[in-house]
Amino acid sequence: MGQRSLSHYMEPAAKILFILSASAAIIAVGLICVFLFMQGLPAIWNIGVFNFLLGTDWRPTWNPPLFGILPMIVGSLYVTAGAILFGVPIGIFAAAFMAKFCPAPLYKILKPAINLLAGIPSVVYGYFGMTVLVPFVREIFGGTGNSILTASLLLGMMILPTIITISESAIRAIPSEIYEGAIALGASHENATFRVVLPAAKSGVMASIILGIGRAVGETMAVRMVAGNQAVLRMPHEFLSGTRTLTANIVLELGYAYGDHRASLIATGVVLFVFVMLINTLFSLLKKKDGV
Amino acid sequence: MQRRKPIDLFLFILTWLCIGITVAVLFLVVGYVIINGVMYIRPSLFAVEFTPQNQSLFPALVGTLMIVGLSLVLAVPLGVFSAIYLVEYAKRGSRFVKIVRLTTETLAGIPSIVYGLFGFIFFGVFLGWGLSLLSGAFTVSIMILPLIMRTTEESLKSVPDTYREGSFGLGAGRLRTVMRIILPAATPGILAGVILAVGRIIGETAAIIFTLGNVARVPNSLFDTGRTLSAHMYALANEGTHPGEAHATAAVLLIVVILINALSSWIAKFIKAS
Repeated sequence: MGQRSLSHYMEPAAKILFILSASAAIIAVGLICVFLFMQGLPAIWNIGVFNFLLGTDWRPTWNPPLFGILPMIVGSLYVTAGAILFGVPIGIFAAAFMAKFCPAPLYKILKPAINLLAGIPSVVYGYFGMTVLVPFVREIFGGTGNSILTASLLLGMMILPTIITISESAIRAIPSEIYEGAIALGASHENATFRVVLPAAKSGVMASIILGIGRAVGETMAVRMVAGNQAVLRMPHEFLSGTRTLTANIVLELGYAYGDHRASLIATGVVLFVFVMLINTLFSLLKKKDGV
Repeated sequence: MQRRKPIDLFLFILTWLCIGITVAVLFLVVGYVIINGVMYIRPSLFAVEFTPQNQSLFPALVGTLMIVGLSLVLAVPLGVFSAIYLVEYAKRGSRFVKIVRLTTETLAGIPSIVYGLFGFIFFGVFLGWGLSLLSGAFTVSIMILPLIMRTTEESLKSVPDTYREGSFGLGAGRLRTVMRIILPAATPGILAGVILAVGRIIGETAAIIFTLGNVARVPNSLFDTGRTLSAHMYALANEGTHPGEAHATAAVLLIVVILINALSSWIAKFIKAS
């Protein structure tokens, strides 16, 4: 009888414990939002929304200081666009290969290889970028090598596994009848894959690109190690010059900033957070549509 | 066999080319880092004492183990319990479940520098823990929570319903069924997820340097600062004064991550086989 009465209390107690644990994610997101916004929004308000978002000068140590993050917003935009330019075409074709062209024995080797590519720490990518890509770009294109181009190349490599993995499963999710139908109508394997199956999987492929964009915008260490980090507003043709991203701005200065300067870095984090949340919302909308 | 049209041949070559580039990127990064680093690995790299002359990775290695251990202690029970709730207890599609899923997805999408920023202002400044083992571990455990939840959920779902029915049929309660029947059956899958999380923690830098800090010493308490291997790597790469040690540390870091990845997929394969 003793045991029964114990389990009588254990059941509801365990259930409460499980519910509390499940609330952890909600509490964490709540805390992150509250603390970032509570400290970041007043800073944006004090600097002035326009001065902050559209200001072209970042001079945190001047008197009075200037906190304009437009160069960083544009910098994030450039390196992300560059990463998409390099990573997306290669990633989609590689995904098509994995789903439709890959011989089975080869697949067993390639799948873990792509997983490993996703598992390499960003600081190792950054180190590789510093010691290999930067000198490479310097030799071929001139300049210091710490540039928008270098960061784009490196980020392009880093988003490859994201794009390949998600696009591959989107392509695999297309019912085989669609492919077989095209073949039955006389299409070649390549034609059926690229003209019929891939268009059918387009929202999943789009989702992979959007997640790749999210990764690229949020990437910090690797970009910081190769991009040069000058907080200067660049024009697109200056792709061999250095740039600073929103993420790099935080990682470069948070260590020693205090007062308004620190608040402005938290505000930079708020802008980054909002960007990434918008991108992720777009991703989950597309994901739902396609059921990937 | 009819002859390929030029456009088909072109597409065919293009897919091979693109997968070739992907594999080449992997070989280039892994090959370069390991080949270049292995020759600089010597015993002094693992010396207990870190000095400006000998940039030993030993304190970073110990710091990494501490952060990994502490974060797992925090995140694994939380992640596993919430997955148990979502899979075994909650009504599908209830409002609470929807919010949990939404927030978990949100956590998974937050960039690590934002975690670093949050950990710094919340654990470091607001709670007054400063740069410490505790700040670092709490920050990182929030970061890996979605990963643990998702992998645990998947492995719980893969346990056949007949197990549950059999256990209920024999008169076991829900808790007993979960703890004695479901959880043991799901353990390998959960383990594979946990190992993946370990890899994530070891590779993390941006969230670590503003919460744990980046000081080359072994933390002597929960409130003491230190560094992890990745943070050590970052410091070495930035300072640029010890290229040999930087090469070697990158190689050690990458080898550790590769081993952990291999272990995780080996366990996953083991599950599929059984």
